[in-house]
Amino acid sequence: MSIVSERVGNPATPPKATSDTVFAGRAPKQANMGQILRWLILFLGGLLMVAPIAYMISTSLKWPHEIYNVKLIPDEPHLENYTYVLEDGRFYLWFLNSIIIALITTVCNLFFDSLVGYTLCKFRFPGRYIVFIAILSTLMIPTEMLVIPWYMMSQAFGWLDSYWGIMFPGLMTAFGTFLMKQFFESVPDDFLEAARIDGLNEFQIWWKVAMPLVKPALAALAIFVFLGNWTAFLWPLIVTNSVEMYTVPVGLSSFGDEVDVAWELIATGAAISTLPTLIVFLIFQRFIIRGVVMAGLKG
Amino acid sequence: MPGYKNLSIRQKQIVWAWAFLAVPVVFYVVIRFYPTGSAFVTSFQEWNLLGTRAWTGLENYEKLWNDPVFWKVFRNTFAYLIIGTPFSLVISFVIAYHLDKTRFMHGFLRMLYFLPFMTSAVAMAWIWRWFYQPVPVGLFNNFLASLGIPQIEFLNSTTNALPSILAPAVWAGLGFQVIIFMAGLRAIPVTYYEAAKIDGVGWWTVLTRITLPLLKPTIVFIVVFSSIGFLRIFDHVFNMTTNNPGGPLNSTKPLVLMIYETAFSDFDMGYAAAQTVVLFTILLVVSLLQLWLLRGDATK
Repeated sequence: MSIVSERVGNPATPPKATSDTVFAGRAPKQANMGQILRWLILFLGGLLMVAPIAYMISTSLKWPHEIYNVKLIPDEPHLENYTYVLEDGRFYLWFLNSIIIALITTVCNLFFDSLVGYTLCKFRFPGRYIVFIAILSTLMIPTEMLVIPWYMMSQAFGWLDSYWGIMFPGLMTAFGTFLMKQFFESVPDDFLEAARIDGLNEFQIWWKVAMPLVKPALAALAIFVFLGNWTAFLWPLIVTNSVEMYTVPVGLSSFGDEVDVAWELIATGAAISTLPTLIVFLIFQRFIIRGVVMAGLKG
Repeated sequence: MPGYKNLSIRQKQIVWAWAFLAVPVVFYVVIRFYPTGSAFVTSFQEWNLLGTRAWTGLENYEKLWNDPVFWKVFRNTFAYLIIGTPFSLVISFVIAYHLDKTRFMHGFLRMLYFLPFMTSAVAMAWIWRWFYQPVPVGLFNNFLASLGIPQIEFLNSTTNALPSILAPAVWAGLGFQVIIFMAGLRAIPVTYYEAAKIDGVGWWTVLTRITLPLLKPTIVFIVVFSSIGFLRIFDHVFNMTTNNPGGPLNSTKPLVLMIYETAFSDFDMGYAAAQTVVLFTILLVVSLLQLWLLRGDATK
């Protein structure tokens, strides 16, 4: 892609050719060849990026004999694969499990991460520094190190193969706590003080005054937590035993093994598990991208 | 609470703070700190989940040191990192650099690049697994065949399988890195570029003297973030090699998959815990090393 070279104000080139949109508001009105080429290459690269998703959808609409064909548009698209995959109801169940788990975990994270973030940000109390460092240090501990002790705990307390067992490790995260702490820094103390004079208690101040001011951050955190739990694989794989308790990724993995080489069915299962997040993304695109940048950079 | 009213404002604040923190503190102690300690302790024991635990000292670590599979896995884990991180860094920067200068249908192009990030690793691992199949099934080999190019063994070859599994992992992460890079590029003040323009500096100099140095924090973030991701790779490997996990001949097995098998197929909990301690150490060292290296670079 480096062939789309350009010169920024090279004295040898006439001013007409110094095209660079980096200079906001100074872009030439006419697009030159370099820019057209750049756009085309970016467009082709973008198509390449979505090609695997496009082939997933296309294959899910094909008959078994057609999957050998590299054509993207099926000759006779049909929904038989979807009927077949959804017939025995397992996917519905896995969907339900995943949605319940991702929703409860998200709500729990929004509540507790922001509560802890707010407390660490706005309160001065003995032990604050220790709590701060302790939570910060958990960022260094990889989940993979904890799955074995979590499994032992789940076995000892009978949490294996239950919603609680799948959810409990993720109910609060240090990442979310620090993200929220960062955003509460921008809430002026005067607002909180005014509410205090108005006679609100500390919980009400947090809930009614501070929380509405960090709504964009809450939305960003919600997106991250939900997506993370929706696609989580290792821990649900470990903690679930029965088919009824599987989440979508664990179910899809076992389904893939079961139908083995029926790739059109695998593509259908993959499409069923991916399309909801893709559709939600396409609807809230700008908002989600902004949220991801915010969470990525501040967290 | 009769005593509460008599407290000073400061004392009330302390009561509230600890009331807010009570549940989270219990959570972090029970679900994060206790298990961390437990993992270290278990790594010095032998236990099959059913019988009693027996202290074995450093035996698990000695076993690990002398286990040829572990060293194979160790190399694989770093191969994912060493191939994956630079590739995704360079590709995502090039995309972000050019996307940043494109106005026409900018949002649409960005959406195309970001879309894979919203997919689930498991679903896409199975799709890519199909792409890699030999003719007449797999998409890639069918394309090659239609162009008259000889077939490539992707997942069945001990040399090609690891990069083949890495490809969808890089692909899925690109979108995130691209938008983080674009946010970093946007944060560079336009005045720098204007000054460069007045001075008549070429684009390459602008890139290497202005853009890249000012992007250093973004680059550090992406390198650390993606390195940790590649060192912890599991979903893609597990799902693309379910018939022979980590195969062929352990050539694709990463550390997390070895941990999973040792703990939940062999039920050798102590040995698996020792492996998780190694993973923890690697992640710690790699993130500290990278932060240190890149910081040292910035002071030049």
